[in-house]
Amino acid sequence: MGQVSISQIFGKLRGGFVSPLLLRRMGVLGMNARNVNYIARYNDRDKFPVVDDKLSTKRAAARYGIAVPDLIAAFDTQPSRRRVMEVIEPLWQFVIKPARGSGGKGILVIAGRNGDKYVKTSGAEVTALDILRHVSNIHSGLYSLGGKPDRVMVEALVDFDPVFDNYSFEGVPDIRVIVFRGFPVMAMLRCSTHASDGKANLHQGAVGVGIDLASGRSCHAVQRGLRVSQHPDTQMPFGELVVPGWRDLVRLAASCYEMTGLGYLGCDIVLDRKRGPLLLEANARPGLAIQIANGVGLRKRLQHIESLDVEQLEKNVEERVAYSMNQFAAKGSD
Amino acid sequence: MSPRAQVYIIAGLLALMGAGLTIYKNIELGFPLLPGEYRTVWTIEAKVRFTADDGPVKAALTLPREQRNMEVLNESFSSSGYGFNIVSEDDEYRAVWSRRSAFGPQSLFYQLDVHQTPGAALEQPLDLSTQVQKPFLGAREQEAVRLAIYSLVDSARERSSDTETFTTQLLIALGDSRNQDRNLIFGYYKDRSLVDVALVVLSAAEIPAHRIRGLYLEDDRRRLDPEDLLEVYDGERWVVFEPHSGLPGVPKKFFIWQRGGKSLLDVEGGRNSRVTFSVISNDVPAREVAMRSTSREKEALVDFSIYSLPIEQQSIFKLILLVPVGTLVVVLLRVFVGIRTSGTFMPVLLAVAFIETRLFTGLSIFVLILVLGLWVRFYLSRLNLLLVARIAAVVVAVVILMGAISVVSYKLGIEQALTVTFFPMIILAWTIERMSIVWEEDGPYEVVVQAGGSLLVAVLAWWVMTNRYVEHWTFNFPELLLVLLGLILIVGNYTGFRLGELMRFRQLVR
Repeated sequence: MGQVSISQIFGKLRGGFVSPLLLRRMGVLGMNARNVNYIARYNDRDKFPVVDDKLSTKRAAARYGIAVPDLIAAFDTQPSRRRVMEVIEPLWQFVIKPARGSGGKGILVIAGRNGDKYVKTSGAEVTALDILRHVSNIHSGLYSLGGKPDRVMVEALVDFDPVFDNYSFEGVPDIRVIVFRGFPVMAMLRCSTHASDGKANLHQGAVGVGIDLASGRSCHAVQRGLRVSQHPDTQMPFGELVVPGWRDLVRLAASCYEMTGLGYLGCDIVLDRKRGPLLLEANARPGLAIQIANGVGLRKRLQHIESLDVEQLEKNVEERVAYSMNQFAAKGSD
Repeated sequence: MSPRAQVYIIAGLLALMGAGLTIYKNIELGFPLLPGEYRTVWTIEAKVRFTADDGPVKAALTLPREQRNMEVLNESFSSSGYGFNIVSEDDEYRAVWSRRSAFGPQSLFYQLDVHQTPGAALEQPLDLSTQVQKPFLGAREQEAVRLAIYSLVDSARERSSDTETFTTQLLIALGDSRNQDRNLIFGYYKDRSLVDVALVVLSAAEIPAHRIRGLYLEDDRRRLDPEDLLEVYDGERWVVFEPHSGLPGVPKKFFIWQRGGKSLLDVEGGRNSRVTFSVISNDVPAREVAMRSTSREKEALVDFSIYSLPIEQQSIFKLILLVPVGTLVVVLLRVFVGIRTSGTFMPVLLAVAFIETRLFTGLSIFVLILVLGLWVRFYLSRLNLLLVARIAAVVVAVVILMGAISVVSYKLGIEQALTVTFFPMIILAWTIERMSIVWEEDGPYEVVVQAGGSLLVAVLAWWVMTNRYVEHWTFNFPELLLVLLGLILIVGNYTGFRLGELMRFRQLVR
């Protein structure tokens, strides 16, 4: 009896791991390789502030003609808390976020009002006092890297394109595109679920949908590491999912290379009903879950771009997008 | 040069430097590589006694010279009311006590700590006289003695091939109570010792020789008289003989006090002077011996190091030097395993606290404070405080909790919990704050994962840091930190998969 359970545990343990050689052959990029070979090599430290501070990102985006959600106001100091309330008083929908937050931390999305209360996208209600406390926390640097004092941004809530309505539950879907040396290399759609509490973080139970770079169609979908074919809450099959205006979206992502100067970049993009793709934020240290969502390793694609000659690297945005769409199209029908 | 190659070169140089310094310190300075090595240190005390004649007194005691097989670690003297200085005359050191007037029995002490270094040969001084003074054996009544001496010399010469074997044969004959010649000689020189007689016979054979005074080092010996050895010049070098066995070589554990030269003790203005010795052995950690023996030479490595700090600071540094080892553990677990912790190096600080509190006390106190702190923090979050004020409030709450834990556990008789104070309070408060945010944003599961990860790493770091070998090496060979630095640089270059990723990406392979 005891022996059986021990061997079971053993089998489970071994079954839980895969051989690193196999992963390598699959072209999977690991965290260490990402840090040493890509972030350290292609992302200059002095260019980080542009992406680490969302206000700077917005400013740079304006200079390069990249569409972003409207900034309503930004606040620098603690005593401006009263002004924050004045600003949001007439608003029906808005987003409060820290300028230097990371990993989506500290973002408060208000989708409506209910009397004195503010209604979050999840349906939960918060009071004005809660919002004030949140603003104060942001100012004190609770969500910022290294705990430095931070600024508060009040942003207009994106008028989401309804195309994803059935693929997202209690939250907003966004599209992450990895751009390497200006070439888009991989994309995924992050759909929140009931399990993820309306958040788009894959490790919290959101569904990661791999998007074919060539067509904008979903090619693979994963929840908590397991392959799924339909949204767990809305039961919508992912096979029918197509991102509208895909080429524009990829072009927007690719143009972030010029804007930030970062070689290895993750762009988070949302689709607005009227304005099309908007850059939500750029990330100098994008995670590796996109490989799981796509069921494909990143390493081979990155190495392909690294092997390009100088002339090919000097292509403009349009040429790079065309090259990537052609080069990294999903193979087969899965 | 690519950054990667630079890393390997720098890491290699650092490791080489650290290892080289370590080997030098081990071999040349005698720092032990393993903990728990003990060396025997002999404390020898010379006691000079005499009866003063109510007038000016001057006592001079010959002091041992530096010798290769014995290392003098420390010397001290005690002599109340006497002036003391060490004079060097004719390649000899003498301790001189002096006083304008003294009366009655007097005792003067000279003490030194010696460490015997194994294997080193006896040093040959260059300026020992090889001149031979023939003994005065002219008188009539000494005829028989003279004949006996020459007969001894002749028979020894017959049975020997060189000076060394001659001396051995002679000493054997002198020790043989059945030998008639020998008995005759000793009958004449009634109050002389074996070495005295041997010196007379050797000078008759025209062989340069002198006496060596010294002590056999045995534990807990008191009122020892110095013992004599014989040293003979064989034409090229001086050879030491043990007079009773007649064998060449310095006996084991023999400490040479005086070699040739004049008397051991001279007293002016006193009578019945005598010097006796006592010997005690102490087992002292090898590191201490190494420290003491190098201190006089002021080895730069030792002098410009933490050993030059006061003891109290040294014990602090003992702990500080363990911190890099803890960080190495964190680096290894992060890079090769991929354990998520709350605050990258917070586990190291926890491990340092665990060292002081013992593991299980530390673990339970930490969990207790974390749980209570989170509870306090959740209440505080309803009060709409500014962040810094809230964390300050948590700090105060943590301090009160610590005090309460100490008092309650003390009353219950658990004194272990009093070590609660070793936890870094501010760090704890920040951890509580961060954990409560994680709780709000990612749920309690993530809190358990992060706190558990932190604790796991902290326990592993504690386990490595309390290893007696690690403790010994970091404190005695701080230059090993260079090796550690090199290792960290190389690990920082690792681009392979983490253990956690082998699980995380398993769905990709199917």
